[in-house]
Amino acid sequence: MTRFMGTETEYGIATPSDPGISPILTSTHVVVAYAAMNTGARSRWDYEEESPLRDTRGFDLRRYHTVPVVDPDAVGIANVVTTNGARFYVDHAHPEYSSPEVSNAYDAMVYDAAGDVIMRKAVADVQELYEQGVSILKNHEPCPPLKIYKNNVDGKGASYGAHENYQYSRRTDFDVLTQALIPFFVTRNVIIGAGRLGIGEAGEQDGFQISQRADYFHQEISLETTLNRGIVNTRDEPHANAVHFRRLHTIVGDANMSQTSNFLKLGMTKLVIDAIENDVDFSDLRLVDPVAEIKRVSHDLTLTHRLALRDGRELTALEILAEYRSRVTAVDDVDERVIALWGEVMELLADDPLKTSHLLDWTAKWSLIKGYLDRGVDISDPKLKLIDLQYSDIDPAKSLYHALVRKGRMVTLATEEEIAEAAQTPPADSRAWFRGAVSARFPDDVIAASWQTMILRFSGGTARFQTNEVDKLTRDHVGEIINSAADTDELVEKLTAVDFAPDHYVTHHNKTHVNKPHQH
Amino acid sequence: MTGPQSQISAGGGSDNSGDDAFEAGQAQLNTTGTDDLLDEIDGLLETNAAEFVRSYVQKGGQ
Repeated sequence: MTRFMGTETEYGIATPSDPGISPILTSTHVVVAYAAMNTGARSRWDYEEESPLRDTRGFDLRRYHTVPVVDPDAVGIANVVTTNGARFYVDHAHPEYSSPEVSNAYDAMVYDAAGDVIMRKAVADVQELYEQGVSILKNHEPCPPLKIYKNNVDGKGASYGAHENYQYSRRTDFDVLTQALIPFFVTRNVIIGAGRLGIGEAGEQDGFQISQRADYFHQEISLETTLNRGIVNTRDEPHANAVHFRRLHTIVGDANMSQTSNFLKLGMTKLVIDAIENDVDFSDLRLVDPVAEIKRVSHDLTLTHRLALRDGRELTALEILAEYRSRVTAVDDVDERVIALWGEVMELLADDPLKTSHLLDWTAKWSLIKGYLDRGVDISDPKLKLIDLQYSDIDPAKSLYHALVRKGRMVTLATEEEIAEAAQTPPADSRAWFRGAVSARFPDDVIAASWQTMILRFSGGTARFQTNEVDKLTRDHVGEIINSAADTDELVEKLTAVDFAPDHYVTHHNKTHVNKPHQH
Repeated sequence: MTGPQSQISAGGGSDNSGDDAFEAGQAQLNTTGTDDLLDEIDGLLETNAAEFVRSYVQKGGQ
């Protein structure tokens, strides 16, 4: 069974020239500007009965025909599906990118990085509107220039997430899964941590630690994601056939700039879930106090801390991870690549963590900060906090991560071209192909789209498709149909012919038909 | 796109100017030229670090 997965990134957002503006408002500018300039969302706004475009003024721009002026309070306005099948929206007070569903960790890493490309385009769109003195949001000033960061903390106590999602079988025992995952989640930070200057939720103490998120976890298991976060999150919202599947909503990871860290984060976790579902036993690795240990592991830059296990043993994080690695089994080439790279990284970390500074986020960041400390800069110097922040700037001109890549000091796994392509084109082997390809080909006819549904306008009204099976509606399945359909009438007809009929129609006579397609 | 065959490469095929020391997949990058690197980083950093960092305030998320 394919282990479908994906990521969600809540980006940090700032307007340094005017720090007082609400981030909810600036996040809305980001998403609405992107939606207006790059998707068919405008037709959806027009279509809705309470049209947020009612008071539209037209603005002629060089590159765009007109710019709409949108009521930011209109429901669902800051929520759009992109042509790569992702979701781009405002969550809490952050712009968030949820990647499309992919079949493997390599693609998950690429589509996660594609979110940065989409975000950069959104920032450029907002900038262009600002330079022309235009606000896309009704009754609001133009949005001043934005800074966007792919990190998880502000250093004052706030944390925002970078989540991973993995589909797994509903037959799997949740308690067994949870207990097997906790020691892994506590220790994997030594590979996937993004590095952080500051100890404690609000950085009460100066000092460098491995993980951005470790200090924000207070329970082993919890449903909550914003308070009392648990190492394992129990949200049960599969976004798929709920009879067969659940979704492991993983909130304990850091946002990664490093492609190696991100690839391993997703690939190692996939392999461990595979093993758990194949009844591999990890119960001997249970920890005495996981919540305390996740912080201790994060605070120990030498990786020599020994975690207390319930069976009385004391093992280092690397020793525990080596146990996990020895019990997983590759089922494809990506898995094999993960296991090999996992081993290489562990060997280097055991020798000297800084030997991984060309591979991993936390050691790349630590090597920079340590360089300044060695020059006599004090650990409390704001410059070091700026390095922590600016490492994760998504603007390649300012990002220290991107500077390291340019200098050949940071290894990449995917090319810039691959990532740019992934920002436009959905993954071929999941239902995301249908969502993205239809959004690209018939942008004006997409009334609504989510993980499990798509509502399309056609000549007879609207038709709703249910997309519950993640492995259906792939490029092989519906690619040719989408490409060859001249319009949505033909699309609906051809999809119906391959047993993918809409489950619900609304016609112009405002009559609803459930599971009764028109007889042609 | 699935990439078991794709090679580990430096800099996404972009500008690798003058960093001869680097070879893909090898450790040992940071012992040389650290001073040069930090000088370059200095040139990239936002001005007024104290104010910039202080004004970076987020609302909590998930």
